[in-house]
Amino acid sequence: MTARDEVLARIRYALSAPADPVDPPRDYRRTGEHAPGAPQLLQLLTERLTDYKATVHSATPQTLGSVLATALHGTHRVVVPPGLPEEWMPASAVVDDGDLSYADLDTVDAVLTACVAAAADTGTIVLDAAADQGRRAITLIPDRHVCVVRAAQVVQSVPELLTRADPRRPLTFISGPSATSDIELQRVEGVHGPRNLIVVILND
Amino acid sequence: MSKVFVGMPAHAPAGVGALHASESFPAAARTALADTQLRRNLGAATTTIRAKREAVVGELADWEQLRLAGQAIKAATMARLDEHLIRLEEEVTKRGGVVHWARDAAEANRIVTGLIQATGADEVIKVKSMVTQEIGLNEALAEAGIAAWETDLAELIVQLGHDKPSHILVPAIHRNRAEIREIFLREMPGVEASLADEPQELAMAARAHLRRKFLTAKVAVSGANFAIAETGTLVVVESEGNGRMCLTLPDTLITVMGIEKVIPSWTDLEVFLQLLPRSSTGERMNPYTSMWAGITEGDGPQEFHLVLLDNGRTAVLADEVGREALHCIRCSACLNVCPVYERTGGHAYGSVYPGPIGAVLTPLLTGVLENPSLPYASTLCGACFDACPVRIDIPSILVHLRARSTEQTRKPPSAEAIAMTLASWVMSSPRLFGWAGRAMRAGRLLARRGRIRRLPPPLSAWTAARDAPSPPRQTFRQWWRHRDGGTP
Repeated sequence: MTARDEVLARIRYALSAPADPVDPPRDYRRTGEHAPGAPQLLQLLTERLTDYKATVHSATPQTLGSVLATALHGTHRVVVPPGLPEEWMPASAVVDDGDLSYADLDTVDAVLTACVAAAADTGTIVLDAAADQGRRAITLIPDRHVCVVRAAQVVQSVPELLTRADPRRPLTFISGPSATSDIELQRVEGVHGPRNLIVVILND
Repeated sequence: MSKVFVGMPAHAPAGVGALHASESFPAAARTALADTQLRRNLGAATTTIRAKREAVVGELADWEQLRLAGQAIKAATMARLDEHLIRLEEEVTKRGGVVHWARDAAEANRIVTGLIQATGADEVIKVKSMVTQEIGLNEALAEAGIAAWETDLAELIVQLGHDKPSHILVPAIHRNRAEIREIFLREMPGVEASLADEPQELAMAARAHLRRKFLTAKVAVSGANFAIAETGTLVVVESEGNGRMCLTLPDTLITVMGIEKVIPSWTDLEVFLQLLPRSSTGERMNPYTSMWAGITEGDGPQEFHLVLLDNGRTAVLADEVGREALHCIRCSACLNVCPVYERTGGHAYGSVYPGPIGAVLTPLLTGVLENPSLPYASTLCGACFDACPVRIDIPSILVHLRARSTEQTRKPPSAEAIAMTLASWVMSSPRLFGWAGRAMRAGRLLARRGRIRRLPPPLSAWTAARDAPSPPRQTFRQWWRHRDGGTP
């Protein structure tokens, strides 16, 4: 008997009197009070992110250039995914063609990406490795991550957030910069992931 | 241990891994209770986390509905566990992953060792994982000449301190900042003596220490918080970014997960992603959650193995009262609210799973005869049930296991049983009862300031852990007679 067959046989023996499947109750809150992109949500997202020590800027299509310049202040080389919108592209952009080694990525100063969705309740941004976000390594190794969130991408609740992400793609949920509570259960920011998370909320 | 038949649910075997306590809970707890530094560290940490958890749980008006949903999803999953695992296997395989099955710890260790050896690597980086501690993977790898680097800060503190984990979420909770600084100075190459004992600086030292490892490692080993059957998606929840490093950068990823971690659908995750971080670190959401389904070309590991582990879980499933313990999402909220855990710490439980959940899960996994004292490591106060995000009725399982432990241990009657029999004989006769009451007064000779600190054997068993009150000057009957001349 293979291990697979044996483990499955054990489970069936253990469940010899299986209960009827019951549909789990879903009367918890699944949609928020505000529609995606509502000003209240942008405000809440800003508060939540700031609470966890991310920096938040808001921008319009007109001010985006100068806001990004501020966010990328002091950087010399900024890695960007291949599908980043042209108008966001900084002068110092290094476009990731998939060939940059981890050692290379460790020498760039920042990474600039879009995202696929964000949830205001928890201050969470989701990346799904699409062309405007790039492979996971580029948003992990550089020490500063500048992420542009479009207002329409901001939903209120976690259930709404999950409906916007495809579980078959590699997903990264980000809520503030890297942190740890491992010493005396006190939260401190900045361990292995990017120590600086700068979120630009784009009202377009 | 009884003989194991093919296809019958089996307990986790002894001799491998970290489930079998080497001494009883009361004996181990005595050592812990004498350590005042440990009690101070635990008291401070659990007080901090309780306040944080309460604040973020209070933000959600639908917290109870989420708990009920979490409980129901887990129960529904267990009722069809075989079907969900088969579906998970299909989906992971379809997306380029390889699924392995392991009956027990030794088999899982053999599989993982073989997979690492096949890559030619002699070291691996690890994401914090309860299950790989449960099976003693690091020790098994060391025997095969493979170095395993723990990358979670608390795990690193435990590993560098040649120590054992004492908490599910924060394995180094028993260490304070000054002790951690000492460990880093002693064990971390290149650390300056000027290192301060500020958590921020200590975290930076860990970052510097592990950076090169992350960028050059070829193989990583992880656990999993959830695995979604319908999509083949694995989920790892973390804070520091060490998880992302391990799950993204190496060529090969090996994930070991207990079979109970599967959940049926993507929608189910919306419940647990709300319950887990708030219960665990007291955050609205943990900083990073990584999810992947099989292999993605050009992004992340190009070889992915998933090891599905039984190691006693089917025996837990066969226990109709105890099976609820398999619903545990390892948040550690029950540890943080437990009056026993807060005083003894995790080491006293002798298992990788400490605290209230460990007091039920460990004996359920190994069979109660292997850990007979653990179901008694509780006051049955019920705080654990109130804190549990998936409403595991830990107190009821404790009582169930106590009954089972009594049934299965056929020992000569205990001193307590003899005392009770004696008491019932004495109390059934008014004359004997009166005589015993008067005799008790002799105990006053042992009392100092109204308390007896030490009784002679066998009564010393009672006073080993508590004082006895001094018997009163007169018995109730004497008092009643003298009250008003004995007329009612």
